[in-house]
Amino acid sequence: MSAQILSSHRTPWTQRLNAWFYRHNQGGRLTTLVLFLPPALTVFTLFVILPISESGLYSFFRWNGFTELSEGGRFVGLRNFAQMLQHDVFHVAVWNTLKIVLISLVIQLPLAMAVALAVASKSRINNLFRLIFFLPFILADVVAGLIWRFIYDGGTGLVAAVTNLFNLEAFYPLADADWAFNAILVVVIWKYFGYHMMIYIAGLQGISDDMIEAAKLDGASPWKIITKVKLPLIWPAIRLSIFFSVIGALQFFEMAMPLVQSGGPGGSAHTIVTYLYEFGIVRTRVGFGSAVAVVLFLACAVFAFTYQRYVMRQRD
Amino acid sequence: MIRFKTLLPVSLAALSLMATTMSAQAEEVVNVLHNQQDEKIRAAWEEIRQDFEAQHPDIRVNLEFQDDSAMKQRLPTLLQSNAKPHLYWSFGGANYRTRATSGLLADITDKADGLRANISPGALSAFEIDGRLYGAPYRLAQVGFWYNKRLFEQAGVSADDIETWDDFLDVVQQIKDAGITPIAAGGGERWPLHFYWTYLAMRIGGQDLFNDILADKASFDNAAYIRAGVELQRLADLDPFQPGYLGAKYNEAANVFGNHQAAIHLMGEWDIGVQRSESESGEGVNDNDLGYFSFPAVTGGQGDPSATLGGVDGWAFTAGNGTDAAVEWLTFFLSPENQARLAEQDIIIPVARGAETHVQNPHMKVIAENIAHSSWHQVFWDQALGADVGGVINDISAELTSGDETPEGAVERIQEAWDFR
Repeated sequence: MSAQILSSHRTPWTQRLNAWFYRHNQGGRLTTLVLFLPPALTVFTLFVILPISESGLYSFFRWNGFTELSEGGRFVGLRNFAQMLQHDVFHVAVWNTLKIVLISLVIQLPLAMAVALAVASKSRINNLFRLIFFLPFILADVVAGLIWRFIYDGGTGLVAAVTNLFNLEAFYPLADADWAFNAILVVVIWKYFGYHMMIYIAGLQGISDDMIEAAKLDGASPWKIITKVKLPLIWPAIRLSIFFSVIGALQFFEMAMPLVQSGGPGGSAHTIVTYLYEFGIVRTRVGFGSAVAVVLFLACAVFAFTYQRYVMRQRD
Repeated sequence: MIRFKTLLPVSLAALSLMATTMSAQAEEVVNVLHNQQDEKIRAAWEEIRQDFEAQHPDIRVNLEFQDDSAMKQRLPTLLQSNAKPHLYWSFGGANYRTRATSGLLADITDKADGLRANISPGALSAFEIDGRLYGAPYRLAQVGFWYNKRLFEQAGVSADDIETWDDFLDVVQQIKDAGITPIAAGGGERWPLHFYWTYLAMRIGGQDLFNDILADKASFDNAAYIRAGVELQRLADLDPFQPGYLGAKYNEAANVFGNHQAAIHLMGEWDIGVQRSESESGEGVNDNDLGYFSFPAVTGGQGDPSATLGGVDGWAFTAGNGTDAAVEWLTFFLSPENQARLAEQDIIIPVARGAETHVQNPHMKVIAENIAHSSWHQVFWDQALGADVGGVINDISAELTSGDETPEGAVERIQEAWDFR
């Protein structure tokens, strides 16, 4: 150790750098790093790190975003956060976001799995079914929202056709504070279950036929084959799809916009992101919006890291 | 070999190009940014522009168009850049005030004698901030009750009988009893419902109370505004709106009204055209069937029933660009003659003195007279009080109507937003 330091005193620093580089640059790894890391890091800093820290700063201000923060902003400490946490509409938004997560775990993913098990084996008719189930996911979110706005119209839509058929009173789900968000949940399931189905199909097709054959020879029932062989084997795919659906729920926004205006009746159909948009952007309270964004970012980050750490790293 | 014949036009073109660039250097340029999509209106403006340039050979005016939402999004940055126009289309209200007090607009108070001479002081005051002028109004709008005469007849009611809010509620009840949907409302967007609450607040509380609130000498949490909520809930209790109104957008409500499926629509005069274009037939409620009455007085209210709620839209000068040429252009554009020209084509309800007599459409005419005789022309509260406080007023209006908020809770929430603005 001391010899190294002594010797390094005598050689010029460029030579030392060269030597260090030579020693560590195994298989050109360092060259790659030096060449490719800076551009990526610059872009990442510019468009991710910087905006995130900026909204962290804004969240402590009362600021409308029209003028420079130094001129138009007023420091309010934690007041934006306090206001947000006391706001009942924010509570509704958080609860609704959790509802999306719950509905995904309880209905959407099992449904996707059931359909995947049904259409996973390779055949022409299965290809057709897969396409049909995957179709909603291909649609743009806004387009899907607009289509469902027509379906949910109690005067002229599909809902009207049903109520007319049974001679019921006209029903407008999107205008009803108790129903608006449930109506959106139905669209969420319809829109995204095909995506999770595709993940599962990919997993199921990776299971070797020999394994299924062996289970059959051992006398396993079809149900046993699913629960004891297939599901454990595609567990990595399942936990990946859970991860996607939770992150998707936290970011849910585009499809809700055409379905309901500014959070639906009494704000009953807000999610965290539509809440951010309505109370931060539309009402020109950039500071308040930033506070919501900071909370949302923390929620995403905490979930992503914990999930990666404790669920994705499992080796089973 | 180049022939003289081909050379001549080329050299002439080059010469004329030089001439134009030389004259362009001598000219002063005024850039005007607007969001007007309507071809008819743009053609009318273009005529005025040509007249102006004919009379002012040393000034060139460019009318630049940007789509409304694009303009809204770009303005905050555009106003701070070098590419900003001299003048841009602007509503009065809180955004205009914020920009003026933030130094983004040019103070033209000392050059405004021409504008002052032509424009009625009431309208001009919408563009005055603390006594200084940063722009000028261009047109007026009023919100009132549009109604379907045929459906009124069918229900055996007359708009002439409506003098007070109680009369109005009676009429609504009678229309409902006749099996007709009384009122169309775009409750999903909320601002259409805020017209009800704010008009009631104006009729009950009056102008002085509102001015005191603006000056922080009074609170939104007052007896008059609580009563506004009570009266709105009296209307809502009659269940007068089309089914599903709480999820409906404005244009969907205009469709219901234009299809003769509801008798009344509380809206600005732009609804004449919108209910027509949104209706299934494309005809809407035609001029013969369409009627109009102002928001009625409320018994026991302090407000003058002639007071009007509506818009004052106009132009603002950007910082450093309140040049003589720009002011000259706007003075010309807003002169009584040119405003009369636009009014004759039913394009605007003018702000220039005397120009309102040139309005042709009978409904526009009524509104022009209403505003001219109005003791208090108030800009829509959701615009005038800024997007944050205005947003809360829209929220509570919808929630009072749906029964999710109490009149007391509503005013508390507005005051809270006002305190935190």
